[in-house]
Amino acid sequence: MSIEIRNIRKQFGQFTALDNVSLDIAAGELLALLGPSGCGKTTLLRIIAGLEKPDAGQVLFGGADATHTHVAERQVGFVFQHYALFRHMTVFDNVAFGLSVKPRRERPSQEEIRERVMKLLKMVQLDWLADAYPGQLSGGQRQRIALARSLAVEPKVLLLDEPFGALDAKVRKDLRRWLRELHNDMHITSVFVTHDQEEALEVSDRVVVMDHGHIEQVGRPDDIYEHPATPFVTQFLGDVNLFHGRVDAGQLTIGSYEQALGQHQDADGDAAVAYVRPHDLDLTLQAAGALAQGRVEHIHAVGPVVRVELQQADGQTIEAAVSKERFRALGIVPGDTVYVTPRKLAVFLQEDAGQQDYVI
Amino acid sequence: MSNILNLRHSVLPGFRLSFGITLFWLALIVLLPFAALVYSTVGMGWDGFAAAVGSPRVIAAIRLSFFTAGLSALINLVFGFLVAWVLVRYPFPGKRLVDALVDLPFALPTAVAGIALTTLYAPNGWIGQYLAPLGIKVSFTPLGIIVALTFIGLPFVVRTVQPVLEDLEKELEEAATCLGASRWDIFRRVIFPATLPSLITGGTMAFARATGEYGSVIFIAGNIPMVSEIAPLIIVSKLDQFDQQGATAVALVMLGISFVFLLLINLIQWWAARRHGAR
Repeated sequence: MSIEIRNIRKQFGQFTALDNVSLDIAAGELLALLGPSGCGKTTLLRIIAGLEKPDAGQVLFGGADATHTHVAERQVGFVFQHYALFRHMTVFDNVAFGLSVKPRRERPSQEEIRERVMKLLKMVQLDWLADAYPGQLSGGQRQRIALARSLAVEPKVLLLDEPFGALDAKVRKDLRRWLRELHNDMHITSVFVTHDQEEALEVSDRVVVMDHGHIEQVGRPDDIYEHPATPFVTQFLGDVNLFHGRVDAGQLTIGSYEQALGQHQDADGDAAVAYVRPHDLDLTLQAAGALAQGRVEHIHAVGPVVRVELQQADGQTIEAAVSKERFRALGIVPGDTVYVTPRKLAVFLQEDAGQQDYVI
Repeated sequence: MSNILNLRHSVLPGFRLSFGITLFWLALIVLLPFAALVYSTVGMGWDGFAAAVGSPRVIAAIRLSFFTAGLSALINLVFGFLVAWVLVRYPFPGKRLVDALVDLPFALPTAVAGIALTTLYAPNGWIGQYLAPLGIKVSFTPLGIIVALTFIGLPFVVRTVQPVLEDLEKELEEAATCLGASRWDIFRRVIFPATLPSLITGGTMAFARATGEYGSVIFIAGNIPMVSEIAPLIIVSKLDQFDQQGATAVALVMLGISFVFLLLINLIQWWAARRHGAR
């Protein structure tokens, strides 16, 4: 079922959690709401679920207005960060809960409930734990049970609030992949909230990046990563190096470095910030055509890429990530002076870049 | 099995010392008086014991004590839960005052409570004068005893249930709502089972306190033999007549019955805890 969010506004006292947010979610899509804490992503998810009432705006489910539909009638599955399993019930009873509270007319028979619950437990690969209590399970198992429980009532929409936030790194990775596969099998419209950009980019069909109660950018993961629309998105999606310069009629100038851009043709000597990801920086020993130079401070050579930290004359740090082969060919050691050239830059004029340097 | 006091190495020192002091303290404060009780009863022989305990008046008093204590504990379970629920769930003006009010039965000298209740419920009292025409007598009847015991037992239930309700995650209810449960279903199947262990604990404490309660009851009870005379009063009056052995005999029976009740309740609690699974 498709979801349309129209001009949603939500205020908590003086704090504006959502400021006129509109968003279309296609049927069968797996969408990630990504942003730092306090950006409004969880509030938006809870408004979709009906756990929170918007101050203004509408939520449409499959084209029909659901803004005032009660949570219990919205047919949404909701998965909480801290699982919210019923501790006094067995795993089986937890999953069966949604079916067993149905009005008598709609309630399936005992055998039918049993069959459906066991099928769900098999799907989350935990059928052998049917008689266990939540207290006896690991975090990853609990979250899978929580998911099975929310799917038992065959929701039209699945909403997940930081579903892997409380789990450790290894389990998180496994569950991510597992959720992706599950979604491929079931094709239920799903929205999940996360502050982990890697998680959002890896799992979802589309990512919505949010900040301060509004949407910064919506797009496919690769699209967002390759073409961030704002300085915030650029900085939030991963490590970046900042270079300050000017743009004049599409020509970028940073110190002695010059490059023609395909954009900002009408800029007139405006101050600009260029963002370059560490792996988009190449290290050379030639000064010609370099963007900047620096002294090698640290070399982290663990893993497939070598991360080199440079210090510029003004004290600013540059981080570059080069391949092992490239690193060996250069033969640099701490204390050497090296030059960097960008393979790819994201340039924003100062007027829209000025407000903040985001620290994640 | 070589050394049960050293089963696990701990970074915190002083286990043996603190364990020793604990045992000594418990023995001194709890076990020793019980031992003295048993010892002094043994001295009177079986016939003396049966005579002291078996009289109809004593049996009626013991039965009354446990009956009223049980009933007042049940009343406190219902209304104590309600008070705790309201205090936890709803903001209202004067909430802190109401919260403090709950502790009043703890703080008030029980005799004061007894006199206050008697003044209220006597046939010419503030409330009693309206009940009397309806044929309801509170003072000097078992009903009066239940009123007094309900009064002193309330804080036990409220104060044990309240923190549990406070800690109950909001998400549990939200999860249940999303699954289509009604308010009643949520209360019956999610909230109530979660608070049940604390209810059992609070109810047990209220019950235990009520069985031994003396000060607040004797004023309102009127102490009519066979009707409104409680077991603690029998003990005191036997002591007044220098019948110390008779008093300890009744006390021992009270102790035995209380012990059986507490054991039963502990079994229920153990069963409830098992249902919750290992934490």
